[in-house]
Amino acid sequence: MTWSYFLRRLLMFVLVVFTAATINFVLPHLSGRDPVGEAIRQQIAGQGLNANQGAMMYKTMTHVFGLDQPLWKQYLTYLKSVATFDFGYSIQNYPRKVMDIVIARARMTLPFLVLGIFISFIGGILLGAFLGWNKTPRWISNILVPPMLVFSSVPQFLVALVLLFVVSFKWRLLPLGGAYDVTLNEDWTSIKFILSYAQHAILPILSIVFVSASGWALGMRAMMVTVEGEDYTTFAEAKGLKTSRIFFRYLLRNAMLPSLTGLAITIGFIVTGSAVTENYFNYNGLGLTLGTAIGVFDYFMMYGIITIMVMSIALATFVMEMIYPLLDPRISYRAQRG
Amino acid sequence: MKGFWEYIKRNPMLGIGMFFLIALLCFTLIGRLFIEKNLAYKMTVDSNQAPSEKYPFGTDAQGRNLLAIMVYGTGMTLEIGAIAGGIGLTTGILLGFITGYFGGGILDMIITGIVDIFLTIPSFLILILVATTFKNITLTPPTMGLVVGFVSWAGPARSIRAQVLSMRERPFIMMAKLSGMGSFEIIMKELVPNLLPFLVMSLSQAVYGGLMASLGLEALGIGSRREPTMGMTFFYLNYYSAFMIGDWWWIVEPVTVIVMTLVSLVLMSIGLDEIANPRARRKA
Repeated sequence: MTWSYFLRRLLMFVLVVFTAATINFVLPHLSGRDPVGEAIRQQIAGQGLNANQGAMMYKTMTHVFGLDQPLWKQYLTYLKSVATFDFGYSIQNYPRKVMDIVIARARMTLPFLVLGIFISFIGGILLGAFLGWNKTPRWISNILVPPMLVFSSVPQFLVALVLLFVVSFKWRLLPLGGAYDVTLNEDWTSIKFILSYAQHAILPILSIVFVSASGWALGMRAMMVTVEGEDYTTFAEAKGLKTSRIFFRYLLRNAMLPSLTGLAITIGFIVTGSAVTENYFNYNGLGLTLGTAIGVFDYFMMYGIITIMVMSIALATFVMEMIYPLLDPRISYRAQRG
Repeated sequence: MKGFWEYIKRNPMLGIGMFFLIALLCFTLIGRLFIEKNLAYKMTVDSNQAPSEKYPFGTDAQGRNLLAIMVYGTGMTLEIGAIAGGIGLTTGILLGFITGYFGGGILDMIITGIVDIFLTIPSFLILILVATTFKNITLTPPTMGLVVGFVSWAGPARSIRAQVLSMRERPFIMMAKLSGMGSFEIIMKELVPNLLPFLVMSLSQAVYGGLMASLGLEALGIGSRREPTMGMTFFYLNYYSAFMIGDWWWIVEPVTVIVMTLVSLVLMSIGLDEIANPRARRKA
């Protein structure tokens, strides 16, 4: 790995976060919507907030967020707050800070999301490699590929709906929603809580796996065919290597490189997709919080969650780009073309 | 015509995709002749009715006739996809040809850099922010298409640029240059016709991307709550907990329509890819 490669990627990471943050800042000013005022008026109308209290809250909020300052100063303050992960207060849950809520909710989202991505990637790669292998009977491919094609082309929440309908509604096997049993408190040391969490996480994980593993398997299957035609494979066969060694070391390892380079973008899709999915499971994580914040136009909550998501995805991309050259030495020498 | 059928036999993916899409278009266009549009809006029929002779597709919790929602909603959803895909592809073509054909300069570097940034930012998140700056009521299907199109140009721009870059070095372009053709003439007369299958494939991909994005937004409740689009149907069936009331028909119908739409676009992309890139043929 060269220094210029590292610096270029680091610059990219900073630019991505900066661009996203700037779009966040510019949009409300362009639209002329007054998020604080609108949200507070909604609170007054919907939840019986007293009008005087509302006016006070409005004044504090505009001051806290520096909305009474000149525009360039607002922008600088805003960039500083993004850099320090301070997104102000949630309007809906007023005294609570956005970042506190984000951390609390991410505890619900991260375990199932990470597990889902992990299972999908490993499962998809292995399944795709198996289907694309020239020693696998063709009928297995003929049966599995059409449903995989359907799963990989629909949004995650749609698969979630079908799973909920069949598994929870028809067969009554799993709960219809929620992140854990309502009678329990969130306590990660209690076995009972963790079991309940796991039970509620099965369907969300399955909806990630159905969609993403299918996509990875299809891509992997196509790559296997290409790799099987390469000279080094013929050479390995001619040397009389063991079949398992050819499969794992020669075919699988080389065929999975494109899937690895695309991993960061795919993870972005999975994260945003499961944010929507959470709303269908009534799963109390980041995605449902985002959905609720959109519903009541809790602007600071919304942009806090979105900025954190953009940052994590950009960070994942950055980390992976640091790992690629180790997996595929050709990457670091490739010029930035095309 | 005979040649077309012969070709479809060799490229069944394209055939099946086109068949699904045409079937959906027929459903929404012919359905319009038999059912009134206002039945797709709130409180026009009895609520939560299972499919019967009177309501062949059943009704939802808001008192809307699901047959009308399916007929008009399919059209609206396809409209959103078409507008978003059209805008995304047009912008993508413009940027792709500029950076690919006149590549190497400072302009190429700037545009390619911006495209790279926008490919790394998950566009769906930006889309949420863009869409929420509008009031929900103003996000009618055409506006929704415009908004989604606004963020879906980065992918087409990059893939078209790569295609133009590789084609620019081919002998027949050199020949055209030597024979004194202008840049614009070369692009229109030599590059575009040769890239046509690829551009059509990009269009089908862009429409697919636009549909996915708009469905996600609407499933979160962003969009005109009044219009009976497919995405809004998904939002409402969650909002009114269709599972709890047991309205299975309310879930099965939009899922079927959307699966058909998306799968047809993906199949068409694969089929068109085979035309654009014949070497892929031996793979599948």
